[in-house]
Amino acid sequence: MKLSYFPGCTLKNHARNFEDSTLYAMDRLGVEAVELDRWNCCGTVYSLSADDLMRQVAPIRNLLRTRERGDSQLMTGCSMCFNTLKRANHRARASEEDLARMNDFMYDEPVDYAGDVDVLHVLEVVRDQIGFDAIRERVVKPLEGLRVACYYGCMLVRPNEAAIDDAENPRVLEDLITVLGGEPVDYSHKTECCGAHQTVDKPEIIADKTYEILGAAKAQGADTVAVSCPLCAFNLDHRQEATLKIHSDFHTMPVVYFSQLMAIALGGSESVLRLDLHHTPPGPLLTGKGLL
Amino acid sequence: MTVFVSRDKINSGFTSKVQRLADQNLMACYQCGKCSAGCPMAAYMDVPPNQMIRLAQLGMEDELLDSEAIWLCVSCMTCNMRCPKGVRIAELIESMRQIKLRARQDHLQAEKISKADLRAIPPIALIGSMRKFTS
Ligand code: SF4
Ligand code: SF4
Ligand code: SF4
Ligand code: SF4
Repeated sequence: MKLSYFPGCTLKNHARNFEDSTLYAMDRLGVEAVELDRWNCCGTVYSLSADDLMRQVAPIRNLLRTRERGDSQLMTGCSMCFNTLKRANHRARASEEDLARMNDFMYDEPVDYAGDVDVLHVLEVVRDQIGFDAIRERVVKPLEGLRVACYYGCMLVRPNEAAIDDAENPRVLEDLITVLGGEPVDYSHKTECCGAHQTVDKPEIIADKTYEILGAAKAQGADTVAVSCPLCAFNLDHRQEATLKIHSDFHTMPVVYFSQLMAIALGGSESVLRLDLHHTPPGPLLTGKGLL
Repeated sequence: MTVFVSRDKINSGFTSKVQRLADQNLMACYQCGKCSAGCPMAAYMDVPPNQMIRLAQLGMEDELLDSEAIWLCVSCMTCNMRCPKGVRIAELIESMRQIKLRARQDHLQAEKISKADLRAIPPIALIGSMRKFTS
């Protein structure tokens, strides 16, 4: 199966570990992710103003690039890109008048966007197109004894028009971890926001959030927290340094992408994991469990 | 916080501007407080979300536009999902930020971010904060 693929900016630098492991896992599962030729930044955050159609143009252009390839589905792994692309698409589909105005802004495009591309998250492809049964058959190194707290943050489950699962109790990541042979851990903070972009000028708030979220996971016996967003990853992993300074009883904990766990279970070598990009090293934990 | 309600403020046009920018009806709110109860940023806010809505209903422009709270909201959408009246609080708060930003009153001075931070912080965070905090 071939799918058009939108990486987003952060997967091309700080989150190479996310991209490399995702592409490896997709390949093992028979999905060829074909990166769009000329993609542009989606703008990161979805614009909420009623009159601000201009800022919907950046995400929509990527859907036009998809159409140019003759494709009607666009897959992305970054939860934030996914959310922004999907909501812009929803806005375009909801009003013909808005869509016409967006197309007016894109006078340089040879064809108009018609609202005919679906935006998919990698986890949706995993669950709905590949299917958990097919994944189970491909597992060569089960994540035995690895207790994983799955963290959805905001962008996979809110708002309704972007959600890939139940908003208050999503299960897709837990189901995936189970199929990979690991033990998902139930805890209270899996959809609690990490503080997002406040990390730039208010890292002390992120430190509190990281303390709460990782603390809740640890209290339920988790070894690691699995994420699907490079901003969640930065806040929960790299901000552990700031967290330790403010909360002296904080215990550091490795944070990984769900795709890295997939790559491990599907037989990937250490090179696709790019563990050098993590702040709190997952190496000792994974070695201890016999997974490296 | 002590606030003084006045007919002038209520009729100032601020309320309708916020509603228009957000495409929302502020008057639907019946002050149950559920938005503030689940807000991950409420503990840091000088005005919690339900109070922001109440102040906006009453045209309290200065109290809102000078608050820290409008900048602390991260559009996580928890409040929107839980409001029993279907009020889109996140959109309303964004419209208050927009009123400041469209007057070129930025909240973040990007040039003050250190070189070390610019290298360490991923684009997803930098672009997000510039989109939310600068015009
Ligand atoms: S949302 Fe982030 S990762 Fe996605 S394209 Fe925009 S900046 Fe890049
Ligand atoms: S970074 Fe924060 S805002 Fe983004 S998805 Fe994660 S929890 Fe939500
Ligand atoms: S949850 Fe809705 S109705 Fe309740 S206080 Fe907030 S905005 Fe008002
Ligand atoms: S969208 Fe803003 S106000 Fe609403 S819960 Fe999230 S941070 Fe709080």
